[in-house]
Amino acid sequence: MNAATASRARGRGALPGLGLTLGMTLAWVSLIVLLPLAALAARPWQLGLAGVWHSLADPRVLASLRVSFGAALAASLLDLPLGLLLAWVLVRYRFPGRPAVDAMIDLPFALPTAVAGITLTALYGPNGWLGAPLAALGVKVAYTPLGIVAALVFVGLPFVVRTAEPVLRAFPAEIEESAETLGARPWQTARRIILPALAPALLTGLGLAFARAVGEYGSVIFIAGNMPMVSEVAPLLIVIRLQQFDYGGAASLGLAMLAASFGCLCLVAGLRRAVTPAVR
Amino acid sequence: MKRRVFAAALPAVAAALAWTRAARAATALLNVSYDPTRELYRDIDRQFAADWQARSGEAVAIRTANGGSGAQARAVLDGLQADVVTLALAYDIDALAARGLLATDWQSRLPDNSTPYTSTIVFLVRKGNPKGVHDWPDLIRPGVAVITPNPKTSGGARWNYLAAWGWALRRPGGSEEGAQAYLASLFRQVPVLDTGARGATNSFVQRGLGDVLLAWENEALLARDEIGHDAFDIVYPSLTILAEPPVAVVDSVVDKKGTRALAEAYLAFLYTPAGQETIARHHFRPRDKAVAARHAAEFPAIETFDIASLGGWRAAQARHFADGGLFDRIYTPGR
Repeated sequence: MNAATASRARGRGALPGLGLTLGMTLAWVSLIVLLPLAALAARPWQLGLAGVWHSLADPRVLASLRVSFGAALAASLLDLPLGLLLAWVLVRYRFPGRPAVDAMIDLPFALPTAVAGITLTALYGPNGWLGAPLAALGVKVAYTPLGIVAALVFVGLPFVVRTAEPVLRAFPAEIEESAETLGARPWQTARRIILPALAPALLTGLGLAFARAVGEYGSVIFIAGNMPMVSEVAPLLIVIRLQQFDYGGAASLGLAMLAASFGCLCLVAGLRRAVTPAVR
Repeated sequence: MKRRVFAAALPAVAAALAWTRAARAATALLNVSYDPTRELYRDIDRQFAADWQARSGEAVAIRTANGGSGAQARAVLDGLQADVVTLALAYDIDALAARGLLATDWQSRLPDNSTPYTSTIVFLVRKGNPKGVHDWPDLIRPGVAVITPNPKTSGGARWNYLAAWGWALRRPGGSEEGAQAYLASLFRQVPVLDTGARGATNSFVQRGLGDVLLAWENEALLARDEIGHDAFDIVYPSLTILAEPPVAVVDSVVDKKGTRALAEAYLAFLYTPAGQETIARHHFRPRDKAVAARHAAEFPAIETFDIASLGGWRAAQARHFADGGLFDRIYTPGR
């Protein structure tokens, strides 16, 4: 038996032992991810269908979901141009301190969310460095939904930067150069050539930033006013229900958030597939 | 070869197990407490450990964990091995009793409803009291911003709310409808609802939000001590609530760990003159009359009512703080 037949006899394709490793990986993923999700999905039904409906059809619950998802959407949409700009500068330009800026992009990942929240509150509060001049202009950031968006922009920025960077880096310079030789102005090149190529990566970044922003608690809880119906986020409402030992109610709200987030992420994935050029 | 390795490993493993068992034998006590008692129990734990060592020669390691009262109760329900709980309100300990972690008559086991120290709800205002806040009606004047935490997540906030409620009921011409209207007006003056009492204190003190902070008396005195007497004034309202944060031994845990004698001695220490003196030093009102007399300058006489006169915690929780209760209806009047 020569080497080729021997490897074929060991397993399908180039990866020997694929069956075993795939099985182990699936088992591990199930344990870590699916089991807790299944537990969450099973919890609310203790209350019965009517109980779950009553628990969710509360104007306060709906307002909190609006605040959470609305702020997350606004923040991730704001992150798109900001993140793209940052990624562009990091990839296309050389300047002193570039490695430092590059490392600082990852700070929102590294910083504990509570620290981020307290710092942002100190910054945007009525006597903070940014909050005081803004208050003089009549703009209140802290303790309003605007503050929530500010915190979520901070938290979601690295996602957009880090997903756009590799695509920008790998973008062949020849394409831009040929567009220039064919008479395209820089703005046309950007709109017609570069942005469509970046679109899938940007949508991935958007999806990631949105997913992170929707469930944020630590960085939001200090800067939000937590006023019911106005600036109360859904994770806080879950904590409030736990505080009342209403585990079923908390789980039903968690399940609602899970379902809504899943729907949004499916939407983003569909959009991404639509803008990805077909592989010939 | 494999058998030899296993045989060699066995005594090593046995020795390791025996060593860890011996290490655990140095008795440890866990006190699960609410937020403002960090400084208090740091001193109490040190004093009690020295006292116990002197009396019985045994070295003990006392740990106190602080957090929001409700969150702490939930942690104990979920399995945190607390020998002793010292929480903000009896309702949280009742929740533990309902699950069988301690006897339902726990509150009668120690003197004074199992509360070795009390506190009350006061107003903390900026120095000089620029907005002229002297009593409850001043809180709902236009232009006065009131800081209080969220009663749904903070034990201290529930005491604040019930103090306001009780006063509104007892004022001349007071009624249930009047009290509800008063509380609705009060919460309209609140710009931000922090999740905990310390968070609210920080919003008032560090962020400079609001004109008056509704706070535990011990928190207000601590804030004044830490920040300085020239930053804040403490205003005592005409009528306020007697806040009784109770203490209890968690039967199921101490019976399993065999630390009942130690846990009961720990709680009994809080009632001794030495314990009461430490309590008074940390701005909590002591139950011991002699110690209270010595600190009378710090704790002015106040007129109070207690939670029993409002029907007890279970009734108050169901009426005000449960889903769809009076507090919810302030924000969603339709329901």
